[in-house]
Order: sequence, then structure tokens, then C-alpha cells
Amino acid sequence: MDLPVIESAPAASGGCSAGSCGSSASQMDGMAAEIRARVQDHPCYSEEAHHHFARMHVAVAPACNIQCHYCNRKYDCANESRPGVVSELLTPEQAVKKTLAVAAAIPQMSVLGIAGPGDPLANPERTFATFRALAQKAPDIKLCVSTNGLALPDCVDELARHNIDHVTITINCVDPDVGAKIYPWIFWNRRRVFGREAAAILIARQQQGVDMLVARGVLVKVNSVLIPGVNDEHLKEVSRIVKAKGAFLHNVMPLIAEAGHGTFYGVMGQRSPAPAELKALQDACEGDMNMMRHCRQCRADAVGLLGEDRGAEFTMDKVAAMTLDDAMLAEAMARRTALREKVAAEMEAKRARAHAPAAPAQAVITLHRRAAGADSLPAAAGRPVLMAVAARGGRVAEHFGHAREFLIYEATAGGAKLVGHRKTELYCGGGDTCGEEEDVLGNTIRALEGCEAVLCSKIGYEPWGELEAAGIRPNGEHAMEEVEVAVMAVWREMLAAGRLDAPAPARRVA
Amino acid sequence: MMALEIIETCVNCWACQPLCPNEAIVEAKPHFLILADKCTECVGDHADPQCAAICPIEGAILDELGDALNPPGTLTGIPPERWAAAQAEIRAR
Repeated sequence: MDLPVIESAPAASGGCSAGSCGSSASQMDGMAAEIRARVQDHPCYSEEAHHHFARMHVAVAPACNIQCHYCNRKYDCANESRPGVVSELLTPEQAVKKTLAVAAAIPQMSVLGIAGPGDPLANPERTFATFRALAQKAPDIKLCVSTNGLALPDCVDELARHNIDHVTITINCVDPDVGAKIYPWIFWNRRRVFGREAAAILIARQQQGVDMLVARGVLVKVNSVLIPGVNDEHLKEVSRIVKAKGAFLHNVMPLIAEAGHGTFYGVMGQRSPAPAELKALQDACEGDMNMMRHCRQCRADAVGLLGEDRGAEFTMDKVAAMTLDDAMLAEAMARRTALREKVAAEMEAKRARAHAPAAPAQAVITLHRRAAGADSLPAAAGRPVLMAVAARGGRVAEHFGHAREFLIYEATAGGAKLVGHRKTELYCGGGDTCGEEEDVLGNTIRALEGCEAVLCSKIGYEPWGELEAAGIRPNGEHAMEEVEVAVMAVWREMLAAGRLDAPAPARRVA
Repeated sequence: MMALEIIETCVNCWACQPLCPNEAIVEAKPHFLILADKCTECVGDHADPQCAAICPIEGAILDELGDALNPPGTLTGIPPERWAAAQAEIRAR
């Protein structure tokens, strides 16, 4: 089998690539205007949109045609939140009704994805039956699909026919020797194929799929799982190659591996990457392309805004009991359309402000480039600072103790940039069968390692003291402000107080 | 009689069902079943029995002698003793 090999370095793109737009270009600013318009209400593809728009996954695709060492098809745990896990498998008819019910209840709903729990394209009848019905009944909802890529070349025409303009492909390697450490087998041409041979076939099919989608104008996002010691360095090459082929966004996610999940990596003791390792790799890939930092690695039946899951409100028996008439569905669609137009206008206004010549009153929200004269300080003054934010809807709006996750921002003189998020709960919520009681505050503090401040709307006395003792300054003074504005205000306070002259304090490793 | 059997470790992932050349695999509770009178073990149709060639669960499909077509360790790559140790560790929590 011929493997696609990219010999030359990618040509400099004519558009505004992440690398050419300034070191702290916001993710959306790094996209061409045409792509931005297509993803501006997609919470997974647009960092800005994820504050305003909701997505849902319907679990209609149970079968898989490959085995990954980070996946175990046996598990169905309501306490777990990770890809491949679902509570209820739906028929296409049930999935359509559930989607319409959610879209009627949540006007922010803009995207319906099929992501498993197996591989959507290994279940083409179920997947495409769902898309077909939804394209007809809720034409305003964007449809997207994620796949391991093995069956992708066979499905590209059908995907294009259903007007699916976003596809996510999980590409963990472009080298079969690396792939042999990630994929034990694939099902191919009616045989189970093992090891390096399997990886070589999978890689060739993935790359062929990227080319075919790009040729048809379908937006391609690439997901990669960062597996320390297996593909960490290699992902830089993956990033370079998929960018050169025309993928518009690369999402490097950390491996989730615990023995209790029963995966090969979990059982065999493969470690997951530390947050700093993930960030370093994302930073290294960013020169080549848009990196996605806000992924929540959600379940294949997630519902709602990223970072929240309202799936429990829409279980199959609840949905089955709902009546949805045509008038109600039409009204819901009108509500969604109106909300989208309102948010689009707000985003456009915000972008216009940010790109306007820096006036003193606006300097604080100039996120996309160094604001000329924004400060009378030398350009190099002030080192980067990581801050954690308990955010909701793009504002500092969550109580410290209620936050289930924190957004991690890197503040520099050039602006505030989202570089990741940290969950404050275990992936498994515990209980008799799968985990032990944990010290929640201690876990949260460990999760915030590397941050020098935490911004929240309110915080209690006890966590305040423990955070300070751990070198993370709590800050409740920017409640309800826009996140980036608040982060930059705190950074400027630190700068003014002379705290950014010295290097960041060393942290003990948890 | 030449027929394969799906046992209770099946996770109902559907992967095998559309592949069967004889439509011998049926959705059932608590798990999928192979209709013994329809199963030919794919002889004459395919080199490998299709259900066993895609099944991700070791030991879930047995031959007519009761032997697993995918014995422990052959699919996940996890040696059975490591798997047993991990299970014991989890149970002891």
C-alpha cells in the first residue's frame, strides 16, 4: 500500500494563519473570514461560540471497525464523562425526536453531532438515516460527524450529499510504527488485521479521507490524543501534515487512562500527560495551524453547552413522553434563528472594537495584537501568567466552590489567550464501584497547578486560605466581567505591583 | 452442528450483526444471539467467520466446541494475568 508522504514543508498560506497573526491572536482571528463565517455558531470549532451555543451528540452508532488502546467498549458508566461512553443507544427515529426536543428546549442548540459510541461511519445506515431526517425537520441545525477515518473515503460522497460541512477525523499518527503502539487491530476487507499492517492501512485511509473532504470544500478538523512516550513528539509532524493538506483546526487532547476504565493503556499503566505537557505540545503545534484549546472531550451522548451536560433531562423515556407538533417546532426554530442573529451581531461588534485602532479607553480589550501605546511600559515588560477562571457564558460568573471546571488563560502584554481547561472532578465521579472518596478541594488545587491566580465570582474563607498557601491567589473582584477583560486587569495589577519582574514561582509537582 | 455462539460477555455493540452473510445474528436481551440453524460459520462465504473477525470482546464468541474464537489477550493485547490483577485491584477498593 502506498502511504502518502509529504516531503516538503508546508507553503506559507496566503490567509491569516495562526502563526502570522501575532503571538496571541485569538483563535477565531486566526481563521480565514470564510471559515469563520461557517463556524461562528459551532461551539466545538469556535472558541468564541462555545460560550453562546450548545451542541448535542446522539448515540446512534454503536459498532466500531477498529480498536484503539485508549478505548474499552465494555463500559457504560453514568459517572464517567469521556468519549466512547454512553448510557442509552438510540435508534435513528429516537435520535431525531431527541434532537428536536432538545432544540425546542434549548434555543442555543446549533449543532448535532454523531460521534459514536462506536464509529459513525462504521454504522452508515443508522448515521445517515439520522442526518437525512434532521436535515429535513430542523434545517437550521448544523450536522457534523467524527470518525476514525477507516471508512471515510467510502462515505465522502454521501456526507457531501447531506450537506454536512464539518467532519472531525481522529488522527494520532502518520507513521505505522507509531500506529502499531496505538491500534492493536482493524477490521478491513472482511478480515481482522493486526499491528503495523493495520496501522498502515488506517493511516492511508485517513489521509485519503482528508484529501477527499478538502477537495469537496468540507471543513476538516483533526483530533489527536496525546499519549506520552508514544506520539507526543510525533504529533508535531501530524499537525504539520494535516495543515498542509488543508485541515482548518487541530485539537490535541490528553489521553485519559485509568485502570478502572479497563483500557489497554489504563490496565498497562500508560500515564496520561500533565496539563503543562499538553500545553507545551499545543504551543509547539500552533506555529503551524489553529489549535483548539477548549475541547471538553465529551461523551457520545452529551447535551448542552460545552462544560455542562444536560443529558439527564432528555433521557429516552422523558423524550418519548414529549409531544412535539409542527407549530411548536417552527416556533423553536424561529427562536434559535433569532438568537443566532443576535449573537452574531454581538460578536461582530466585539471584533470590530478589538480591531479598531487602539484608543486608550479600549486598550484593555485589545486582545489580538499588542496595542500600540496601550501602556507606557516597555514591550517586553511582564512575563506570561497562567490564570484559572470560573466562567459561565464568557464571564467571571461562577462561585469557586460550584465550578466543575476552570478555563485556563495565559496573560501576556499582548492579551489573554485561552490555553486549556481543567476539570475539577475525577472523570469518574466515584461511588462504591469505581473509585474512592477524594479530598475535593485538594484535587481542585492540584488541578490548578501552574496557575498564579484564580478568578471567580465568589469564594469561601477556607478555600481562600488553602489556595493562597498553594501559591494561587484567589480573586473575586471581577465578578460578571468578560473573562478576557478580567484576566488582563489582574495581569496589569500584578505587573503594577512588580510581581511579574521575577520568574514564576516554582511549584512542587503534585 | 456447525454454529457459533454469542455468550453473556457480549456488549451489544452491533458490529457483527450487519456482517453475517446468513442473517443469523439477532438483537436480543440481554445480548445478541446467533441462530444456530442459520449459522454456517461463514464457510463458503468468507475466509473468516465475520462476527468473530470484528467482535471487540475477547471470549464473547464460541465455536461448536465451546472454545473462544478470540481467546483472552488476543484482541486487547492485555495479558490475562495483568487484566486479572487490575480487576482484583479495582474490586479491593
